This record gives sequence, C-alpha cells and structure tokens, in this order.
Amino acid sequence: MAEGKVDVEGELAAIKAQLAERPGAKNKLSMVVFSGELDRQLASMIIATGAAAMGMEVVLFYTFWGTAALRDPGKKAKGKNFISKMFGAMLPKGRDKLKLSKMNMAGAGTAMMKNLMKKKHVAGLGELLEVAGQLGVKIYICQMSMDLMGFKREEMIDYPGLEVVGVATFLDHAKESAIQLFI
Amino acid sequence: MEENAVKVLDYKGLACPMPVVRISRDIKTVDVGQVVEVNTTDPGSLADFPAWAKNAGQEIVGSKQENGIIRIFVKRVK
Repeated sequence: MAEGKVDVEGELAAIKAQLAERPGAKNKLSMVVFSGELDRQLASMIIATGAAAMGMEVVLFYTFWGTAALRDPGKKAKGKNFISKMFGAMLPKGRDKLKLSKMNMAGAGTAMMKNLMKKKHVAGLGELLEVAGQLGVKIYICQMSMDLMGFKREEMIDYPGLEVVGVATFLDHAKESAIQLFI
Repeated sequence: MEENAVKVLDYKGLACPMPVVRISRDIKTVDVGQVVEVNTTDPGSLADFPAWAKNAGQEIVGSKQENGIIRIFVKRVK
C-alpha cells in the first residue's frame, strides 16, 4: 500500500492529456476519395467544403480512380512508358471529364446533370476545389495509385499544399479524426 | 434594420454548400457582437445555419421566411 497523498493535479493533467490524444478526438474529417465518378466526387467535395466551413480540419486522400480527377488537362508529363501512356489515355483527363456513376447514358446523362447544376447554381468541382483551397482543406494523393496509373506529379492540378503520400500518412490523420469517410 | 443587423448578405441563388461556406467567411467582416442578415433561397439553409453556428461558435438570433426568401440573422460571437 503506497504511502503519501495522491497527486490530484498531476493525475488530472495526465488524464486530460490522454483524453486529448485518444483516437477520434479532433474536430477533424478525414476522407478517402476512391471514386472517379462525377456524382461521387461532387458529394465528397461538398462534404469537405461544408466541414471546413464549419470549422473542422479536413484531410482528403485521393486514391485509385479518384486520382484521375486531379489531372490537369493543360499539363503534360514526359518520360512515360507504353503502359502508362495507355492508362493515361483511357482514364479521364481531369475533373471535367468525369462521368456519372449511374445514368451516364453514353454521356447524355452526365451532360444533363451538368446543365441542371448550372441552372440551379450548384457549384461544380472546379469551384468547390477552389473554395476548398481557400478554406485550407488538405489534399493528399496516393503514391501507389500514381505509380500504378503512370501519373506524374507535374501533370496534376495546382492546389495549395498538394502532396503525394502513402497510406500510413492518411491513417495517421484518420485515427485522430472525429469523422472518417470513404467515397 | 431588423434585429439591429449591420448589413444584409445576399446569398439568393446560392446552393449547398455555398451558403454555409460564405457565412463562415463573411461573418468575419463584422465586429464581434454585430448581427448580419443573410438572404437565401436555399431551403436547406434553415437547418444548416444553426448546425454551422453550433460548430463555429456563432449564434443564430432569428429567422423568418417571406416571399420565398429566407432571412437568417447571424450574430458574431467570437
């Protein structure tokens, strides 16, 4: 049986520190953007900018098909091998070339949706990305996806703080976030 | 002005998420303690603004709907 008084202040401070460090403690949203379809990407951007507007820290991790949306159609990358060039040609070249996940109808459905959005003043991906940048939304691109699809850093869009990382970086952010999403 | 709003922010025609994105920025253009009036045509904003305020630490002091326009009064608390 230990002698002496309990160090209440010390214990309290230790508990507070533990609480602050526990998984999911931060007012933060971490989202995986896996899908390369227009409707899914719109949903992720609306959620991301909405969260940022509410004062949450937001981290996005673009991977697999989502990666193609970050391509800049005005940029070219050199030194690609044949497979990478093929992939590059087959995948959408940037956010304006994405299709709806349903009812694409050979492009007619997607065109109708874009038209409808314009009529209703719904922000498109370009506007949302700009807002996201202004609000400090952090975007990471999956290194492995870039490798697999043969994308190079220099052909991606300009976005403040854009970084190419691995899954551990994302998971570290996800772990301390209150909200984790996969779109 | 009603509710002592110091200015009116015209968000008519803006759709989700823009009203909330805009107020998060525009609320900083007034001093702490002042109230702004937001005019919006987005029905979702009626629920979104209180949710935003709760998270951003600001206050909704009133809202009314007239002639298809939703008027929301936001007070800058911090």
